[in-house]
Amino acid sequence: MDLVKYAPVGQYLPRNSPLHRLDPRTKILATMALAVVLFLLRAMAGLGLFAVASLALLVLGQIPLGYALRGLRPVIFLLLLTVVLNAFFGSGGSEARTLFVLGPLVATEEGLRTGLFVGARLLLLVTITSLLTFTTSSVELADGLEWLLRPLRRVGLPGHEIAMMMTIALRFIPTLLEETERIMKAQTARGAEFGQGNIVRRAQALVPVLVPLLLSAIRRSEELALAMEARCYSSSAPRTRMKELRWGLGDAVAGVLVVAASALLVSVR
Amino acid sequence: MRQPFIEVTDLRYTYHPHTPQAVVALDGLSLSIGRGEYVGIVGGNGSGKSTLAKHFNALLLPASGRVIVGGQDTRDRSATLAIRRRVGMVFQNPDNQLVATVVDEDVAFGPENLGLPSPLIRERVDRALATVGMTAYRRHAPHLLSGGQKQRVAIAGVLAMHPECLILDEATTMLDPEGRAEVLATVRTLHRDEGMTIVAISHTLEDLADAERIVALDAGRIVLDGPTGQVFDQLSRSPLARIHAPPMARLAHWLRQDGVPLPPGLFTVEALVSALAALAGRDGASHA
Amino acid sequence: MPDPLIACEQVHYTYLRGTPMAAVALRGVSLEVQPGELLALIGPTGSGKSTLIQLCAGLLRPTAGVVRVLGQDLWGPRADRRRARRQVGLAFQFAEYQLFEETVRRDVAYGPKNLGCSEEEIAQRVDEALRQVGLDPAGFGDRSPFSLSGGEMRRVALAGVLAMRPGVLVLDEPTAGLDPRGREELLARIQALHRQGQTIVLVTHGMEEVARLARRVIVLHEGRIVLEGSPGEVFAHEEDLHRIGLGLPEAARLVRLLQCRGLRVADALTVEDARAAIVAALRGQDRGPR
Repeated sequence: MDLVKYAPVGQYLPRNSPLHRLDPRTKILATMALAVVLFLLRAMAGLGLFAVASLALLVLGQIPLGYALRGLRPVIFLLLLTVVLNAFFGSGGSEARTLFVLGPLVATEEGLRTGLFVGARLLLLVTITSLLTFTTSSVELADGLEWLLRPLRRVGLPGHEIAMMMTIALRFIPTLLEETERIMKAQTARGAEFGQGNIVRRAQALVPVLVPLLLSAIRRSEELALAMEARCYSSSAPRTRMKELRWGLGDAVAGVLVVAASALLVSVR
Repeated sequence: MRQPFIEVTDLRYTYHPHTPQAVVALDGLSLSIGRGEYVGIVGGNGSGKSTLAKHFNALLLPASGRVIVGGQDTRDRSATLAIRRRVGMVFQNPDNQLVATVVDEDVAFGPENLGLPSPLIRERVDRALATVGMTAYRRHAPHLLSGGQKQRVAIAGVLAMHPECLILDEATTMLDPEGRAEVLATVRTLHRDEGMTIVAISHTLEDLADAERIVALDAGRIVLDGPTGQVFDQLSRSPLARIHAPPMARLAHWLRQDGVPLPPGLFTVEALVSALAALAGRDGASHA
Repeated sequence: MPDPLIACEQVHYTYLRGTPMAAVALRGVSLEVQPGELLALIGPTGSGKSTLIQLCAGLLRPTAGVVRVLGQDLWGPRADRRRARRQVGLAFQFAEYQLFEETVRRDVAYGPKNLGCSEEEIAQRVDEALRQVGLDPAGFGDRSPFSLSGGEMRRVALAGVLAMRPGVLVLDEPTAGLDPRGREELLARIQALHRQGQTIVLVTHGMEEVARLARRVIVLHEGRIVLEGSPGEVFAHEEDLHRIGLGLPEAARLVRLLQCRGLRVADALTVEDARAAIVAALRGQDRGPR
């Protein structure tokens, strides 16, 4: 039970790589563009190329492969489920070749292939989004997001508040994971059993974890609000930034590269 | 006489007023804190010490009475931000006051709220981190730091706003002895070298040994107020239920009771050793 | 000699073994906890104390070595970890944060309920545990734990562990963050429990608490045991302790400094002992030759 250390979900990794130095807006837009490209790809070859490119980006961002892989742990179950479900129920039509039969279920080769393809796509999607959070601090991310949401302010979308909420959420993920782990251990020491019995019992077993966790989250948010107020925070007053958003040469280069790569990938499909 | 920086006059504050759960936290309290003073405020749970602290930077406003900070009334809404800039506050739980996922970005939070230009923020952040000795951790994630380091980052976050007064609200309570020593040393330097006004709130008198003056609270009133040594001696003679004198002050008191003619105002190991050695003719000078 | 309640043999533990972020927490620790003793476990932050007690409670599995509870290997092929776990009652630091029930009574009952005790037995255990921590079951039982003071909440959490009737009570920093009155009340309760025969392992940063309560002290540093003995023996190694970032109790430091100044003061660990030692030394000197 080492949730914090096993799950670097969205955990920024301070480095001084070219990717870290890019403007957060560039990285957010590029990630969005690449995600769209990912869903336009039809062939395994395209996915292969995409995977190679993602690997290259991880290296460029100085992200240790082991660290990136651990970030995938939470989605492994989802991936396996995707592959298995597709293998059994995926498209294939009447000419589908049978791989094996499991009671009333028939696994087809085409189904399995679809499953692997969809799984790989999901894997790459998680990889590129984590690449964004690995190389962009929560404050930068929020600033970038706030800027990108600016046009929507006219329709009443509170961009600043959303961005602030996101910063704080990212800041408190590890703290709350740590706390969850501690409370689970404490209740285990009082004879609790997690993940045993039927769904109802499992859900009941979580109450002694969720109640303290919720109370703690409320207490933390109250204290944080007070601390922010004490540091002169006010959502209405104009704020400045230590790191101002500024498009640089690197961003231009990155932009061109992303557009070129996207075009290439989409043409290969 | 020092020029007063914080002036509290007949302050009353009640939580949940006009309800059955109403709790009187401050019950007609008056206090003046001078510019450049290092004051320790001590009291048990429910003595009102944290409530009082929150009045010093307008996080709470008086139900009746007045709090004047640097000449500004905290009830004057237009002065709120100015007062909060002048009076910085560090809280008990280090985890619940850091906003950003990187140390220097967190320290920048205050100055950013003040709307300072970017290069100036950078400069202040670097200075503040250097002052608390955390420059090497500039690009670290706060959640991986020790408790003492987190509190030093929190102090840097306050310093970057260039305050005149620093309030520590139980800021050492959750730390291990090492972290406690780190934070106390940082605060000592700020007081000595920068002449900053310090108000430290704690239920442990040992953590207030650096203060020049101790104010003891009980049930929302001041029960003792005076120079540190005097207050500690007084507490050793007649202890209060929720405030205990530091162990060395108590020992000195017992020894006086046993007929050892010790001078007043001893509350650290070092001071007691010198006094006892002098009595025994072992202070070096009279030894021969 | 009776069987030890807990026995660790050459226990190692590495967090995230086999990854680039692996961190070694324990490097071959062997220790035994004997029935009825009050053992203090001290060491600087990061020395492996909390890993060690979690191993003893069966919450972590050692990467090498054996942890036995009542002679049974916790991770052996036929181990009944549940049974072993209830022998080791672990109260975490800031234990009040694990309270979750609507009433004090129900919260304390959580452990015995998990053990499958009968209704009468649960009620009996809850009342006993609350009395053990100095809370009157009639007065406190039906109150919400969240309406209590910090010190009272901490004691309710402790009662929740005691209601398991563990062979060993393991307390991680039980007095951290409490005000002096809360601390005194809790320390008195721990002392009383020990007098009633409860085996206790106390993890603490407070050297005064060690001097006052413990009969035996184990010092951990970088995942190894570096010192072991009675409080007097351990605190005699001032330099060694200082090197790893630990200090002496203030009274012991005072006496040590007086001795350095040439005063013949007997060793003392607590303020009470220091008072007697200093008075005796000053009187002895008056009578001695001038």
